[in-house]
Amino acid sequence: MENVKEIKLADLRAEAKALSADGRHPLTAMFGRDETAVRGSYALYVLFEIPEEKRLAVLKALVPADGDLCYDSLTPILPAAAWYEREIQDMFGLVPVGHPDPRPLVLHESFPQGYHPLRKQVSATASPRVQAGKGSEIRMSVAHGEGIYEVPVGPIHAGIIEPGHFRFSQAGESMLQLDAKLFFTHRGLEKVMEGKTPWEALPIVERICGACSIANTWSFCQAVEKIAKVAVPKRAQLIRTLLMEIERITNHVGDCGNIPAGVGFAPAISLGGRTKEMLMRLQERLAGNRFLRGVIIPGGVSLDITADLCQDIRTTLAIASENVEALDKMFAEQENFQNRVRTTGIVRHQTAVDLALVGVGARASSFAHDSRQDFDYGSYPELDFAVVTQKSGDVAARLAVRIDELRQSFFMVSQLLERLEADHTELSVAVPAAAGEDFGISESARGSNLHFVALDAEGRIDRIFVRSASYPNWPALPIAVQGDIIPDFPLINKSFELCYACLDR
Amino acid sequence: MFKVLERLLHDKIATEAISLSGSARFRGKLAGKCPAEALAACAKACPVGAFRCQGEEYTVDYRRCLFCGRCVAACAEAADAPEGLLVHTADEAMPYLVDKAQQVTADVIRQKLGRSLHVRHLDAGSCNACDFEMGAMSNPIYDLHRYGVHFDASPRHADMLMVTGTVTRNLEQALRMSYEALPEPKLVMACGACAAGGDTYGDSYAIVGAADKVVPVDIYVPGCPPRPSAMIAGLLAAADLLAEKL
Repeated sequence: MENVKEIKLADLRAEAKALSADGRHPLTAMFGRDETAVRGSYALYVLFEIPEEKRLAVLKALVPADGDLCYDSLTPILPAAAWYEREIQDMFGLVPVGHPDPRPLVLHESFPQGYHPLRKQVSATASPRVQAGKGSEIRMSVAHGEGIYEVPVGPIHAGIIEPGHFRFSQAGESMLQLDAKLFFTHRGLEKVMEGKTPWEALPIVERICGACSIANTWSFCQAVEKIAKVAVPKRAQLIRTLLMEIERITNHVGDCGNIPAGVGFAPAISLGGRTKEMLMRLQERLAGNRFLRGVIIPGGVSLDITADLCQDIRTTLAIASENVEALDKMFAEQENFQNRVRTTGIVRHQTAVDLALVGVGARASSFAHDSRQDFDYGSYPELDFAVVTQKSGDVAARLAVRIDELRQSFFMVSQLLERLEADHTELSVAVPAAAGEDFGISESARGSNLHFVALDAEGRIDRIFVRSASYPNWPALPIAVQGDIIPDFPLINKSFELCYACLDR
Repeated sequence: MFKVLERLLHDKIATEAISLSGSARFRGKLAGKCPAEALAACAKACPVGAFRCQGEEYTVDYRRCLFCGRCVAACAEAADAPEGLLVHTADEAMPYLVDKAQQVTADVIRQKLGRSLHVRHLDAGSCNACDFEMGAMSNPIYDLHRYGVHFDASPRHADMLMVTGTVTRNLEQALRMSYEALPEPKLVMACGACAAGGDTYGDSYAIVGAADKVVPVDIYVPGCPPRPSAMIAGLLAAADLLAEKL
């Protein structure tokens, strides 16, 4: 991996502050790694994006395993570091001194205190059990005052959605404060993949999240291919890019049908639901699986998009595009719908920058963060497209960003199909086993998706860190809801449409 | 307002009959002969141990199967002759009832219309693919309500828990409590390879395993994820089971 700067632990805060350049270089991720076997230390990686140079800059600091395992928290100067530092504390036991909210994040009450699963000495499969009520309790953060009451919701919700616990502090109907306890679907996937070859890990990577299968697989394969120094054939790049845009279209269309469900706008729910089903069926015809699983492999793709399928994509997307325009019109014409979505769930621009938001959540607050533009990968450098932004940062803005992005994606797919009909045939190249570490990045429907992969001398995974787009955006939700009324929560939540599975891993 | 009504009239009825077969590339149930020389390679290629050899034959545990196609690829590579090998058909693997120890057949499903079943969904640690497909059952194309199946907001109102995902340590208690909250008679469906087989991700410090490690399961629905049509087949079979228990 290029651009790794190894620094002293004591200098971490100063170096991070300098590199962030007052938020112009967003914090991409922070994660730990157990290097005790080779260097007698744990390592902290801090990644920043340098958009003007289309690259990542990486700070690496060693925390001696025989020391007090403490370091100066970055959260007071970089709010975006808050959850990463809590996760590192759970997984490795490294303590961020001065963190304003050092509660456990990933490991709930069912895990014993002082248990740090990503340390190499800890077994991947077995972990000590604790009696109920004796684990590391996560106290919910609530507001106090006369007439303030709490509303607990979840982890099992009333609808068909993923599990999370929300604690609202209410003043009448208004939400004063929201605290979210997540990571219920934490499956320990990063640990599970350690010791596996990339090929063995691939079915798991595809199943980190259903809705982001292409994004996760693509980021992962990019990292593996960079380590092995192989170039992916042109046709495979085109097919990967095409599938990514189709995954984005399916997700965005699903959201356009789901956001109106937050206000019970039935005709739009119906049209969105039907259009999404049409796209899911297209995905099955392309990949043999409705979530596009089984196509992207290290070195390329396993299935071709034939001329017949190109035609199928054109026909299906033409109808989808018409339906999206119809939905857009329906939204615009319904004044009561507009009443609900405008000025609801606002994320201010500065908040988006401070929390280093990604994807739709960032772009709806006029923060033009888009990995398709910020990095060179896939076929994006040769495609004509615009990064869509909105200014108001509310539910209406997030909906409008999606609809404009759908138009951009339909346009990109037509460009990709033209290129696919040109004469490239090779679908994949062999990826030799290699040692090294690198990252892969791709823009999922929810935003930038990052995988860091380190392979050992046998080409097996020594460490994998997965930071999906939902990770940086989750902390924005509790801020967006403040001051709105509790019946608007489902609407605001749907407008972000964050994955739990990708976050929890 | 009138424009919305006009649109509704224009769209007419979108609901379709349920088809238990997918498109040409769909990776469904396995069929074909696996030559003796390829059996071991196919079993080795399976990431979840669903493909097993028994003498000259093979068996597939569809509760575990991810329908990933790796056994089919391994068979083509290891076999001497290119004809009559292992293939994925476009047909869905059918739900499996525990009591009867039998696979549900398509004709049985056709006779089951007109039952009623109230279901509580419980994500015990899924990747959300099963959950999205479950949501899709309510879209106008599948229109689950026409079969008398409803999703409830609370387990206390439900006849059945529909569990997706491998049970995680962080959700084990939620699954147990939801099961206890169901009124009698109660059913549990393990929906998808994670809940039904539990081997999708292997063993982990954070995973308890398949749903039947925590609560008794009556019906297994194969698939990764099962298509909405396979879930509907499972729900109709469950409605029938419930009728017997009442």
